[in-house]
Amino acid sequence: MQTKPIALTILDVLSVISIGVATYFALVFAPTEQIMGQVQRVFYFHVGTAWVGMLGFIMAAVVGVIYLIKKDLKWDRIGVAAVEVSTMFFFITIALGSIWARPAWNTWWTWDPRLTTAAITELIYIAYFMLRAGIEDPEKRARFGAVYTLLGGISVPITFMAIRLFRTIHPVVVGNESAAAQGGFSMSGDMVTAMLVSFAAFTIIFIDLMWNRIRMGSLEEKVEQLKLKVSM
Amino acid sequence: MTNETNTTAIVQRPSFLKAVMAIVQKDLSAEFRSRELLSAMLVFSMLVILIFNFALELNIDVRRTVTAGVLWTTFAFAGTLGLNRSMAVEKDRGCMDGLLLAPVDRSAIFFGKAISNLAFMLIVEAIVIPLYALLYNETRIFQLEFLGVLLLGSIGYISVGTLLSAMSVQTRTRDVLLPILLFPVAVPVLLASVKASGGIIEGLPLNDILTPINLLIVYDIVFIAISFMVFDFVVEE
Repeated sequence: MQTKPIALTILDVLSVISIGVATYFALVFAPTEQIMGQVQRVFYFHVGTAWVGMLGFIMAAVVGVIYLIKKDLKWDRIGVAAVEVSTMFFFITIALGSIWARPAWNTWWTWDPRLTTAAITELIYIAYFMLRAGIEDPEKRARFGAVYTLLGGISVPITFMAIRLFRTIHPVVVGNESAAAQGGFSMSGDMVTAMLVSFAAFTIIFIDLMWNRIRMGSLEEKVEQLKLKVSM
Repeated sequence: MTNETNTTAIVQRPSFLKAVMAIVQKDLSAEFRSRELLSAMLVFSMLVILIFNFALELNIDVRRTVTAGVLWTTFAFAGTLGLNRSMAVEKDRGCMDGLLLAPVDRSAIFFGKAISNLAFMLIVEAIVIPLYALLYNETRIFQLEFLGVLLLGSIGYISVGTLLSAMSVQTRTRDVLLPILLFPVAVPVLLASVKASGGIIEGLPLNDILTPINLLIVYDIVFIAISFMVFDFVVEE
């Protein structure tokens, strides 16, 4: 019986603490934005979850390539973990964005390039799970999954460029301060601090969830092997 | 290395181009004998246009803006029909195993299937476009640029579609899965095609539609290259 590593337990606790700290920074520490008011506080978690979402998708594409070269199912477990965790975080990003958009843009959803790209990205990774569900052979499932994450990883940036052909209204907060008319805002020092804290917190949570999911993947495999042994 | 030591026992390997053309010829002659796939794609395309006619009330004002969208939606749907079928016949009758056993490069199989799929799609387009022009008195679609965009868009769509259909036929859900896998990945090609062909129909200067056309070219090159590289992993047993 494989016991849970102590480091992972510590990381679990750390994740819970960090989400508390990030919540404090977002809701209390950061100053209230002048024009949008309290709703702007959604922003800190919005960018935090978006960051780990993108991180996982890129990771899945890279790990997919490694799997295709090495053919070791260990890499597939990492890939699945990354896509699963990221799909969930990305969904949270979209939901939080919607909550912000309702008062800021006066609508829950609009077909803006970033929103559209986000929706398509989410659909690509949902399709990934449907693809995996349709294959029984674990080796083939891993191979197809790797190919599809690779395709997705390349397609998403091109999709973003393609949709950029239309005009965007999504504020560009990081690296561009001329977007005030679209609901953008320039950040004060404390706001930047709160954002960085949120980045750090979600990165810790992401690593923790990834670790747990990878561990679960290898346990699942062990159970499968034991089942086979019993039936034989 | 055995090639040098034991030349007499080695059968001459066909050249890459020959292998590709052999597969294309096989697909085309099989299709022209049965005409299953083309007739299904054609009838389906006409039905989609018919449904659009009622769904969108395609009168003269609406048509000006939606022609490109209607045509591309039709071709995308008809395309998945063809892609599914063309891979399914290989799988069902064990032809794929035969192809894989042939002493040719695996990517030759990819290019062969992709070119024959592209041929089917272009044949369907060649019939649907004049029919659409006739039915809706839309002669502006007979422009060289429009046909060029049609070709570029079809190449991109088919290249990634051929790869994904090779994957989807090997799954339990098969036909259902292909559009789900293909559409989100093919969004850029559909978007750029609609944007470019819409601009051509509206008579915009070439400068204005250069961005989507460039994007189409980039997409085509990137996705042909990727599909070519990973096809081996998709068909290996």
